[in-house]
Formats: sequence, C-alpha cells, structure tokens
Amino acid sequence: MTTPVQPAVLLPAEAARWQDYVSLLKPRVMSLVVFTALTGMVCTGRPMNPILAAVAILCIAAGAGGSAALNMAYDADIDALMRRTRHRAVPAGRVQAADALALGIVLSLFSVGIMGLAVNWLAAGLLAFTIFFYAVVYTLWLKRRTPQNIVIGGLAGALPPVVGWAAASGHAPLDAWLLVAIVFFWTPPHFWALSLYTTGDYAQAGVPMMPVVRGAASTRWQILAYSLVLAPLGVAPAFAGLGGPIYLGVSAIGGLALVVLAVRLALSHAGDPAPPLPAGRREGLYDVRLAARPARDVFAASLLYLFALFAALLVEHTPLFASLGLAAPLGLGR
Amino acid sequence: MSDPNDETEAAARARRGRNLLLAIALFAFVAIIFVITIVKLGGNVPAH
Repeated sequence: MTTPVQPAVLLPAEAARWQDYVSLLKPRVMSLVVFTALTGMVCTGRPMNPILAAVAILCIAAGAGGSAALNMAYDADIDALMRRTRHRAVPAGRVQAADALALGIVLSLFSVGIMGLAVNWLAAGLLAFTIFFYAVVYTLWLKRRTPQNIVIGGLAGALPPVVGWAAASGHAPLDAWLLVAIVFFWTPPHFWALSLYTTGDYAQAGVPMMPVVRGAASTRWQILAYSLVLAPLGVAPAFAGLGGPIYLGVSAIGGLALVVLAVRLALSHAGDPAPPLPAGRREGLYDVRLAARPARDVFAASLLYLFALFAALLVEHTPLFASLGLAAPLGLGR
Repeated sequence: MSDPNDETEAAARARRGRNLLLAIALFAFVAIIFVITIVKLGGNVPAH
C-alpha cells in the first residue's frame, strides 16, 4: 500500500529553529484562548492565589498549544495544499510530524496534570475535554467530513471561559456557559466570512467548508442567521447580572453593527466565482476582490466584536473599576 | 546518521537555539513545580 506524500514534505528542509516549535502552538489562537479564559476567571469575582491563577492560565495556554500541535501534526497533508498554511513548520518539512505529535501529547498531558494537581480537577477535566474535542472530534473526525466542522468543532474554542471559571471557583455555573454560548455562536459567522474569500484554497485541499459544499449564497445567509442569534445572546450577560452598563452598551452597539454588516454580506455577491484576473496579474493570498469585501468586513468586525465583549467584562470586573462604583450589574437575573 | 561535524553554521545555530529553548522549558517546569509545592504547602504544614 502506498501513501500519498505531499511535494512540500519532500523538499530539502532547513534545520528547525526554536521559533518553528513555538509556531506549532499557534500563538495567536493561544492568546485569544488565554484572553477568554482570563475573563472567565475574573468574572467569578472570587479572590484566587495569584500564583495559582498564573499557573491556571499557563496550563490553559499549554493545553491550547498542545492541541494546536496535535492539529498541525495530523493536518500537514492538507496544510501543504493551502497557500495560507503551506509554509507552516510541518508541511514545509522543517519539523517532523512525529515531533509535532510528541510535543502536542506532552503539553496536553502536563497541562491537564498540573491543572488538576495545582488548581482543581473540574478545571483539569474541562481542559482535557477541550483538548480532546479539538484534537480528536474536530481535527480527526469533523474537519474533513462535514461542512458543520467549525460549527460543532467550535465548541473547543468556546470552552476556555468555563475552564477559567472552574479554575477560579471550582464550579461551572450557567453564567460561565453563557460566555461559552457567545463564543460558540460567534465561531460560524467569523470563520465562514473568512472562508468566503479563501474558498479556492479549501476546495483544493478537499476541506468541506460551507462555501465549498453549499455555495457562497447559502453561506452568506447562514452567516446572517447566526449573527441574528449572536447579537441578542451577546447582550444577555448584562441581564444575567454578569455585565454592567458598559457591557450592555458595547454588546448592544457591537451586535447591531455585526447584524448590519451581515445583512450587507447576505445581499452581496461575496464568495461567488470571480472573473479571471487580467493576463500577467497574480492574486496575492490576502487580496480581497471588491465583491468579497463585505465578507472581509464581517470577519474583521466579528473579531473586534468578541474582543470588545470580553474586554468590557474584564474591565468591569477589575477591582479598581468596581471600586469606582461603575460596574453595578443591571441585576435582572440576580 | 549524519555526522554533526557536517553541519552548516546555520544548522548549528538552529540546534543551539532548540537546545536553549529546551533548557529554558525544563528549568521553567522545575520552577513551576517548586512554586506550586510551596504555595500548596503554605499554611498547611503548621496544621500537622
């Protein structure tokens, strides 16, 4: 039996630098995971030993990095086919897939073990489930099989707030799951907007993203549907007693702006097959044709929206802010 | 197995960087375990 090998893997590779191993951990995704987990921790309002809080954040970061390395090890074949990912360390041949796998396993085991021993086992269990869901359910099972890959798999990216909450309090109440729900419903419009202007890459790699399978028009309307669910859900923490007036303002204005941009996208032709470029002109990786700009705007706005929501919660729950008396929850749910 | 003496200067530099990262990670791990132990023991030792 022969195994197809991607050409990129066969190229003579330069020696791996330490930065290549760091890149396996997807530092930018890790920073978003740490940010939402930190918000979950702070929202509990419970004092936590600062050293153990730092250890919990480190474990969450290491768990996110470990699951990213596992993803990179398994997906090297399709990463080699996409312009956005072909220069990653494994498909470029600088790091062996087995090394990435080993790094992912070690980081995952150590992050869960230390979280359990140093913080609590509820947080460790939720962290283990998050890693398992990303590395096994999303990467191994869903990603190559269904256009719902990022919808279901998005749960892995949505769980860090509840991991942080459990680390700080030892509990996982409904408030924490409300934050999870916000990230969960945010994921499809965010990633589908991106995939609307990178459809060709996904199609070439055989990844069944929604625009590849159902077409651009269906994807645009589904982005609008998810945005219509996300906007009121984003406001909900203000009425659950989790967010104060600043959160209410940010989530209401941000949600409205996102829905307006999603309507504009639904009515656009973003993602539809574009006419060929003039002879001699090549399209860059992040070049966005005029027709696809509404998709790019939803992608950028959704990122800003999520950041603003969690930043507002974080700010309102800092002791300094609370001492100014500006963070009084609206309290309808408490 | 290739002879390490055949390494180019860039490969040797990359190897030193990897070794340094590994050393830092190992020392950080030991330091973390030490600090966690101190924090978890703190206040509980006198109880025994």
